[in-house]
Amino acid sequence: MQAADIPTLPRGVRLHHDKVRDTWVLLAPERAITLDAVGHAILNEVDGTRSFGEITGALAERYSAPVDEIRKDSSGFLDALRSRRFLDVSQ
Amino acid sequence: MTAPAPIAMLAELTYRCPLACPYCSNPVQMAAIDSELDTETWSRVFREAADMGVLQLHLSGGEPASRRDLTELVTAAREAGLYTNLITSGIGLTEKRLMQLDEAGLDHVQLSLQGSSPEMADDIGGYRGGFARKMQVAEWIGKIGFPLTLNAVLHRRNLHQLPRAIEMAEEMGARRIEVATVQFHGWALKNRDALMPTREQAQEATQIVIAARTRLKGRLVIDYVPADYHESYPKRCMGGWGTTGLNVTPNGLVLPCHAAQTIPQLTFDRVQDKPLADIWHNGAAFNTYRGTDWMQDPCIDCDRKTIDFGGCRCQAMAVVGDPSATDPVCIKSPHHKDLQTQADVFSGRDDAPLIYRDAPAKTSEPAE
Repeated sequence: MQAADIPTLPRGVRLHHDKVRDTWVLLAPERAITLDAVGHAILNEVDGTRSFGEITGALAERYSAPVDEIRKDSSGFLDALRSRRFLDVSQ
Repeated sequence: MTAPAPIAMLAELTYRCPLACPYCSNPVQMAAIDSELDTETWSRVFREAADMGVLQLHLSGGEPASRRDLTELVTAAREAGLYTNLITSGIGLTEKRLMQLDEAGLDHVQLSLQGSSPEMADDIGGYRGGFARKMQVAEWIGKIGFPLTLNAVLHRRNLHQLPRAIEMAEEMGARRIEVATVQFHGWALKNRDALMPTREQAQEATQIVIAARTRLKGRLVIDYVPADYHESYPKRCMGGWGTTGLNVTPNGLVLPCHAAQTIPQLTFDRVQDKPLADIWHNGAAFNTYRGTDWMQDPCIDCDRKTIDFGGCRCQAMAVVGDPSATDPVCIKSPHHKDLQTQADVFSGRDDAPLIYRDAPAKTSEPAE
């Protein structure tokens, strides 16, 4: 995932609050992925307009964390979703 | 025993279907089924499912498009908060109906593929013109923009068409293809002679899938169900009995898996009589094979016992005659060698005719 990449959740992939298990999940075709707090925070920022660089910059500021670390963690997470077709990327 | 909440529910809305696939997962005895749950009951079951933790709803059959109230059922499922997946052959869907399903909030479509040529597909489905119709439906699905999974069901007669099936998934814009080698339950068990892949075919399919996964990484996801008679370890059936999913039949029986009625020792509850959560947690059929207490040798001391839970209970029943036995696919089963020998014998019977599934005798939709 490059800084200029714009991640977006494609149709049929959405965030859902699982009331029964009290957690956020990503619902996708025939799959449900349990999200930890970090995963949820990242996907919450994915709006199909802002770039990966902007998103990770905002997260670094909000959580007062080093931006490189946030980039590294989110990049791995988003790339894994992308390889499963749960995330699209445009530039 | 306390069980986790289920993630997925398969709702078999009807056993009616225009196709007659010889590997249909519906029961071999359907004649006695003469009523289907009505719209209101299904809607209640969807709400009960969501309330107990189900996230994914698979609307299946038979052919779910044979239900006139399909759109209403999708609306009810979405209102309940469920991710809603339609598992269909495409027959019975029109462009208008697909647009209504879109409006109702249908999340995803899984389209079955009986073959990648009209001759093969129509022969296997037992329905002339079915392939052409399916291609038309696939076009509408793409036009509306539904996320699509193509489900290619493979066996000895059509395994050579696997490369074309993968190409078709790409052409249709599918995000995913399920390459599903026939599992021998229900009608498929009657058709082992006609459908059993050869060992060479099974190996070739695995190679094709491995190569395609590399080539199509990030474009097309390939889920693969291998020909398990030729494997060394059994499938982790249902992700563990009574841990992940449940199945509701057209007349309201709640099953731990779609083939569970082939195990005569089990009794099943109906959604008309008890709340779904009560059935899931306390139903005899769910508790019989939950966990590992029911296991015998060699499962009981096996280091894989919580990996595959001894494999498929229905397969142990069908092949060995004992639903608590180790799945005979497992190399540790005393029946493993026999099963592999049998598989080779079945796969050599090239003149075996297809035995098509029957239609349910007089099933009708509930009156509106």
